[in-house]
Amino acid sequence: MNFSWVSTYWPLLAAGAVQTVLLLVISVVFGFILAIGLALAQINGSRGLKWLARGYCTCLRGTPLLIQLWLLYYGVGSLLPLVPGLRSSFLWPVLREGFFFAAVSFTLNYAAYEAEVLRGALLAVPKGELEAARAFGMSPAQVLRRIWLPRAIRIALPTITGEVVLQLKATPLAFTVTVMDLYAVAYKVRQDTLLVYEPLLVVTVFYVFLTLLVTRAFKIVETRVPVRR
Amino acid sequence: MSSALSLLELLAPYPPGWGGVLLAGALSTLAISLGAYGIGILIGLAGALGKLAGGRPLVIALDLYTTAVRAIPELILIVGLYYAGTDGINRVLLAAGLPPIEINGFVAAVAVLGIVQGAYMTEVLRGAILAVPVGQIEAAKAFGMRPSLRFRRIVLPALIPNALPGLANLWMCVTKDSALIAVVGYQELALATRLAAGNTKHYFLFFFAAALLYLAITLVSNVLFGALEGHFRRGQPKNA
Repeated sequence: MNFSWVSTYWPLLAAGAVQTVLLLVISVVFGFILAIGLALAQINGSRGLKWLARGYCTCLRGTPLLIQLWLLYYGVGSLLPLVPGLRSSFLWPVLREGFFFAAVSFTLNYAAYEAEVLRGALLAVPKGELEAARAFGMSPAQVLRRIWLPRAIRIALPTITGEVVLQLKATPLAFTVTVMDLYAVAYKVRQDTLLVYEPLLVVTVFYVFLTLLVTRAFKIVETRVPVRR
Repeated sequence: MSSALSLLELLAPYPPGWGGVLLAGALSTLAISLGAYGIGILIGLAGALGKLAGGRPLVIALDLYTTAVRAIPELILIVGLYYAGTDGINRVLLAAGLPPIEINGFVAAVAVLGIVQGAYMTEVLRGAILAVPVGQIEAAKAFGMRPSLRFRRIVLPALIPNALPGLANLWMCVTKDSALIAVVGYQELALATRLAAGNTKHYFLFFFAAALLYLAITLVSNVLFGALEGHFRRGQPKNA
């Protein structure tokens, strides 16, 4: 075991860690917002909307994330330059990056899984609480914002923790579209130094550490908002 | 852009088209998944029984295995096990004074995914065994059944309906995780698609076709597992 390379590669490792965390945070935050819409559409939407939301979830949960990522990066990415004017617009430097495609596809994928979790949780909120809220004269939006959603999120919290960890474990896929995330750094170290196991080990320790951090953070939130069983 | 006809020609199953390559990739994906799933079930059964009935060192070792596999990203596990496994076997062979062997990509892929599946399978089956009513096992004991007979006649049939939802989930996981094998360079559906797309420059078309193939696998599996669960739950009360 030879870890002398860490001293020269640590700035790259740190930058890679930032990219990994950034991908995780972006996909979880935006994916969650999208998931709320998808879950509500499946519960309350009109027939067309319901069908659309369900189809979206089935398609994104039924295909590998790697294929979705490549479909976006290679497929849509090869069609983007055909859009007139896009190439010269200020958006182009962002749209050219692998990071953008990775963030978008992770977000869309996370939303599909999270929507299923939220759908179950929204349906699990006791009817009486929603009726009480309506009896207080709250508008549907207020009921959703004050009662329905917070209760559903609390119910789903343990499952959400699991989903976030799964999302973290999916982020190394970004390396296949040229994102310099933590795993990509390990790959580069392997190419430079011909060490196979040591870089993977260091990166693995970081992922496990991040997993512990995520589970601890959610545990704290769970104890802050206790539920009576 | 090309016309609709040429897009169809690109997907044709004979050589100028790449449909055959994609279908062969899909078959390879199915073969890898089936193999890994089978190995996973074997490891899982052994692991679950070991966790429930084994001694303390065995339980600790199994806990370490399931926790590690479930905490480390699949991609890193697959790459790590792929290289570590092939390298390790060759080192053992070298120490024994034998020439190194080239390990078949298919075997390596199945083994690696099987080890990953085994960890999840252990937990699913452990839960399913724990959910078998104690009274049934006690009744079997009272009849004087040996542990192996008891497992075969009572525990196994009773745990299958409990385990099936989890097993169905894991099957979906392994069909999708098998795409990661593309990263280590064994040709299955994902890598075949990348090859076809790279050669023809029709990236969107081919990745879309691959997504549809994966989706088809998932949807057909859904139906099959639904039927299986219906079969194994026959005779059980509907709202149990």
